[in-house]
Amino acid sequence: MTVRRLALLAALAVAALVAGLLAGPVPLSFREVWSGLVDPGAASAAVVRVVRAPRVALAFVAGGSLAVAGAVLQAVVRNPLADPFLLGLSGGAGLGAVLAISLHLPGPLAVPLAAFLGALAAIALVYRIALVAGHRLDPNVLLLAGVVVGAFAGALMSALIAVSAAADLKGAMGWLLGGFGSASWGALGVLLVLACPALAVLWSQARPLDLLALGDEPAQHLGADVARLRVVAYLAASLLTAACVAASGIVGFVGLVVPHALRRLGLPLHRALLPAAFLAGGAFLVACDALARVVVAPLELPVGVLTALVGVPLFALLLRRSLA
Amino acid sequence: MILEAVGVTVRYPGAERPALEEVSCGLAEGELLAVVGPNGGGKSTLVRALLGTVPLAAGEAHVRGRDVRAWRRADLAREVGVLAQQEASPGLLRVTDTVLMGRYARLGPLAPVGEADRAAVRAALERTDTWALRDRRADTLSGGEWQRVRIARALAQEPRALVLDEPTAALDVRHEMELFELVRRLADDGLAALVVTHDLNLAARYADRLLLVAGGRVAAAGPPAQVLERELLGRVFGWPVAVTTWCDGAPQVVPLRPGEAGAA
Repeated sequence: MTVRRLALLAALAVAALVAGLLAGPVPLSFREVWSGLVDPGAASAAVVRVVRAPRVALAFVAGGSLAVAGAVLQAVVRNPLADPFLLGLSGGAGLGAVLAISLHLPGPLAVPLAAFLGALAAIALVYRIALVAGHRLDPNVLLLAGVVVGAFAGALMSALIAVSAAADLKGAMGWLLGGFGSASWGALGVLLVLACPALAVLWSQARPLDLLALGDEPAQHLGADVARLRVVAYLAASLLTAACVAASGIVGFVGLVVPHALRRLGLPLHRALLPAAFLAGGAFLVACDALARVVVAPLELPVGVLTALVGVPLFALLLRRSLA
Repeated sequence: MILEAVGVTVRYPGAERPALEEVSCGLAEGELLAVVGPNGGGKSTLVRALLGTVPLAAGEAHVRGRDVRAWRRADLAREVGVLAQQEASPGLLRVTDTVLMGRYARLGPLAPVGEADRAAVRAALERTDTWALRDRRADTLSGGEWQRVRIARALAQEPRALVLDEPTAALDVRHEMELFELVRRLADDGLAALVVTHDLNLAARYADRLLLVAGGRVAAAGPPAQVLERELLGRVFGWPVAVTTWCDGAPQVVPLRPGEAGAA
């Protein structure tokens, strides 16, 4: 049954990828997209290979990674409302990006790099604060530390935005809401190099993550090294999120909604949940990005707007169902 | 001895008195030991000390002769199955998947579930009379069913010893009796079992030995008739009791109402 659900999600992911390749301001037929992919000399090759394919691939990997990070963090802090960005990451990344924008740092890598460093700084700070309370990570303290660090970074970011020029402001806002407009094969390569090790580590911890849901003591009695597991999973999920932030800005709701939906759909065990989250998260973000390109064409909506517009009602529905 | 405490003292940070003070006790192969005593007397702390989940201020805890802190958690889980007092519900999981969690200590994080694991899960479900529940979702079980499933999960670990911290706390008479019958049967089959309980009378009828823990110390230890003694119980629990004998020879404790004489 689990295998069938995963196969279904894989089919869904392929459909989303095809839709992502078809969507855009230049109308292309399915045949044109196909010839653009397989034949470098085709008329559509430039659009398909240089613009759409890397964009769709980047959105897929980022969406999948965010959903996996969300699923893991929900297990680590044993709180269904956890989200990759709840733990202070978005604040740190946002602050880094806004700083780079308002300082007019040169080069195409300046903003993603600053966001990545900001996210890493936030992770380090949250981790340090969470450890102050004891010699091991306490889930509640971790959550609190995340919220506090996020608020602090958010305040600094608001101060920067308040004093920056109007043009910078629009750039910063656009970046904060996330998007794949600057996608390239190079960006995808960087994301893959960062994401693959983190995904492998998280996959290797899938089974003990199941035990964590029972509570620390029961998990320990079943043989899990809870203190180590929590540190490894938290750091790997955070690094994964930071890599996504560098690639696409802050795309919310994927990490919150997708794991929830999948658990409700009968995939509560992490050995199935994590691959399912990767497929579904990737498909969801590719679809949202495709919508973002077509709904107000030739303009583009930030993809973070669409994930929230689609994600929030979905989340409300799920919440109602789980409370009913 | 499978589990053994030698002169164990435990101090919780910020607490005035130690939660346990120089406690020595042991659990031998194939015996059913009931740990009884008043609330806050140190029963659960003793369990934690034996299992190495609380730091010791003094003394040593051994599992099969080896310091408990020297064990990897996964290795320890192959020796001892534990039902902690508190556990979050696994909610959406099916009973089979819940019991399969007991195989983690043997599977590790990556090995695929094999024939031996499925056989162990099936055997555990059958021994605890929960085979029929295997496809139910954990959050649809009654309290008694859930406790039996948790015991099945512990049995799937294929341990030498079971430690159960107040397993019957929220159960009605039938489920409580079923649980004690099950644990007695498992002990007769050779499993060592340590049960923390507030039910002195069932402890007296099912356990081979009682350990009365109060004020962080062992107040008495031995066969039920030796431990369940009127004056001692009255002092330790701070309430007068009478002790009678049930037809199977087990002592039975009756708390007295004010004015009642404990002549029985």
